[in-house]
Amino acid sequence: MASPILDRNLHIRAIDTFIDPASPKDRAIITHGHSDHARSGHGKVLATVDTIAIMKVRYGEGCTGSFQALAYGEPLDIDGVRITLYPAGHILGSAQVLIEHQGQRIVVTGDYKRHPDRTAQPFELVPCDLLVTEATFGLPVFQHPEPEVEIARLLRSLRDSADRSHVIGCYALGKAQRVISLLRGAGYEAPIYLHGAMVRLCELYEERGVPLGELRLAIDAPKSELEGAVVIAPPSALKDRWSRRLADPVLAFASGWMSIKQRARQSLVELPLVISDHVDWNELRQTIAETGASTVWVTHGREDALVYYCRQQGLTAEPLNIQGFEDNGEEE
Amino acid sequence: MKRFAQLLELLALTPSRNRKIEALTNYFRETPDPDRGFALAVLTGALTFKNVKPAVLREVVLREVDPYLFGLSYDYVGDLGETIALIWPHHGGTEDLPSLTDLIELFNTTSKSELPALIASLLTRAEINERWALVKLATGALRIGISARLAKTALAQMSGKDLQEIEEVWHGITLPYGELFAWLDGKAGRPDIDHAARFHPLMLSNPIDEEKDIGKLAPADFAAEWKWDGIRVQLIMSRGRVSLFSRTGDDIAEAFPDIVDNVFGEAVLDGELLVGHDFEPASFNDLQQRLNRKVAIGKHLSEFPAFIRVYDMLFDGSEDIRALAWTERRSHLEEWFAGNPQTRLDLSPVLGFETWEELAELRRRGADEHGHEGVMVKLRAAPYIPGRPKGYWYKWKRDPNVVDAVLMYAQRGHGKRSSFYSDFTFGVWKGNEIVPIGKAYFGFTDEELKQLDRWVRANTVQSFGPVREVKKELVLEIAFDSAQQSNRHKSGVALRFPRINRIRWDKPMNEAATLEDMMVFVNAS
Repeated sequence: MASPILDRNLHIRAIDTFIDPASPKDRAIITHGHSDHARSGHGKVLATVDTIAIMKVRYGEGCTGSFQALAYGEPLDIDGVRITLYPAGHILGSAQVLIEHQGQRIVVTGDYKRHPDRTAQPFELVPCDLLVTEATFGLPVFQHPEPEVEIARLLRSLRDSADRSHVIGCYALGKAQRVISLLRGAGYEAPIYLHGAMVRLCELYEERGVPLGELRLAIDAPKSELEGAVVIAPPSALKDRWSRRLADPVLAFASGWMSIKQRARQSLVELPLVISDHVDWNELRQTIAETGASTVWVTHGREDALVYYCRQQGLTAEPLNIQGFEDNGEEE
Repeated sequence: MKRFAQLLELLALTPSRNRKIEALTNYFRETPDPDRGFALAVLTGALTFKNVKPAVLREVVLREVDPYLFGLSYDYVGDLGETIALIWPHHGGTEDLPSLTDLIELFNTTSKSELPALIASLLTRAEINERWALVKLATGALRIGISARLAKTALAQMSGKDLQEIEEVWHGITLPYGELFAWLDGKAGRPDIDHAARFHPLMLSNPIDEEKDIGKLAPADFAAEWKWDGIRVQLIMSRGRVSLFSRTGDDIAEAFPDIVDNVFGEAVLDGELLVGHDFEPASFNDLQQRLNRKVAIGKHLSEFPAFIRVYDMLFDGSEDIRALAWTERRSHLEEWFAGNPQTRLDLSPVLGFETWEELAELRRRGADEHGHEGVMVKLRAAPYIPGRPKGYWYKWKRDPNVVDAVLMYAQRGHGKRSSFYSDFTFGVWKGNEIVPIGKAYFGFTDEELKQLDRWVRANTVQSFGPVREVKKELVLEIAFDSAQQSNRHKSGVALRFPRINRIRWDKPMNEAATLEDMMVFVNAS
């Protein structure tokens, strides 16, 4: 392949635009609203309308010089470079970026998952020559179970320990709404209690058409009301004084990392729920094969294993080692 | 197997001790014989398989998974069993796994050549949590934070029997413990065992708290002995048979034929196994040569002959004297020695002292002049009580040696600390370079571990697989019991029992110790 138009730090040279830059830039394309991808202080930001709404809620209206919304599937031509966003299935508004230039097709996936999720626009496969993929769960030990199975375990625990609150540690953006939506999908109709940090983003999801059922603020509820109830809180609240108000809580944590029991034990999680918003090892391999890419750049996570795998398949592959992403990927 | 897998998962993940006991109690109550007996054996570590070993599992997995990817995964997960369970690529069993009993039977009876195929098919049939339990069962390393004692505590709670009584019976019963459960269920009497011939759980000591304890204790109530730097053993001589057990009850007789073939009399004795000629203890390093082997080799027998320095007696002949005071047991012991001359046993002398100051001085001199680890202080009136009862036996270790060393390499830990860089190699100056003198895994708090982990990640110079080489900048204060000459490290020095005493964020690396400084410690021991 000819020298790509994209640099290894995700800089599109010809139009001087960065994808998910870690420091303020004049022009940025933002794949989704998580804080290691969407940062404040850029000059101009191109993103989906949902991502823009999320950034405004998290960082304030003035967090970026100016926003430009781009709908999924609508090409935008900038100085001979064509940019198109496609759903990534990761969280509400998450997008993959297709860059087309002189017949070359490059896809930057951002974070993505392929399992259906009612809180995010479903992943679309985009054929390309160069694929820049995340590898958060890029080791063969990561084989995510169906999330419905994990929710069934949560419901069983709610039945078995009916006098204990079930606090579920979830990232405030994406995971919290997905867990609530999965619970509703499994027929759980009782009110779900929220830590204060979850409220604004849950409201935003509802405003943008994702129904979450009856939500209440945990802090307003008397202790007795929380017995046997589901409480959604950020992971950091599991360990601090906040969770002590609850009735003998079962600490749960919804994350792809929870498949490793030793990890769960380290964080004193009694009920690990393996619910991930990223593709697992098998889906990573499937995606790489299906895009037809001949070159794969790997970022975000366990690059070594995936690069090794790609080279075994006869593909050109290399790790990107971009600064600014958590080394151990605890953030999602 | 499903029920057992659930139990293991719950035990692994429930932080509350009481809930663990409750789960165990329910399991033992609801599960029929012999399944519950086998489960008890697994939980107490009493079960081992002749042919099913971690290496076999690894081999089975490596037929299906690329070795390089397996290596990266193991490094990431930090637990072999868990890595195997998670990485197994085939799922979709419709048939349930066999019961625990049948599974163990299969493991025991399947030939070596057919084992890989059996294990592969079981792994495929298992659901994810069962797969985890299955691998834990097969590798024998549960690592779920439960002790044999906790399982026995649950038995006591289930039956209303005394825990100590269960401990007593424990070493006389055999798998799958039908007679034990019949007794616990109230359907049969207490299992009858030959008391003198079985391992008896040991009495252990607590560290003395110099500030709190010493002021309150009257020196006249206590006896003192040297703290020997060997391994604690129990020697049982009964009806012409001799057995030798480690402190955890492992039978180590085969490794020490020089002892078991050369002792005379009937008794159960408690003492320290040491190596050396003419009852002159050699270094722990020399003892290590013997400990590394399950069966003794001739060269070692002549180079490092073993003996036991005896300090207590549990049975005199077939008479159980554990309820007697230490003073009385000691007279029994001395009389028994007088009547049964030995070539591989000697008595640990009792140290004379009148005041704690005097004993402290003895302890200091013993450390400086003879390299003794410290002194044991025992209440004269104390009976022999298994476990670690408070207020009876104290260990008063000598002040540790400390040295300021420089952090050189860090490696990810395993088990509970699998995601952290928790194994640290450190070194001292030799001319203009730093040479390694040892490795420490503990001594730091959880908070300090996080700080060290962060520092390692931010200051990595190079990675070699799981090992990171770091900038030679961070000074660690290392405490250790003694230093010895060794060819294992480039420096020629090895430390005994090194641990990280303090992190010297404040200290510049050029003020770290030199190899010459270390030699002072080597020559002292």
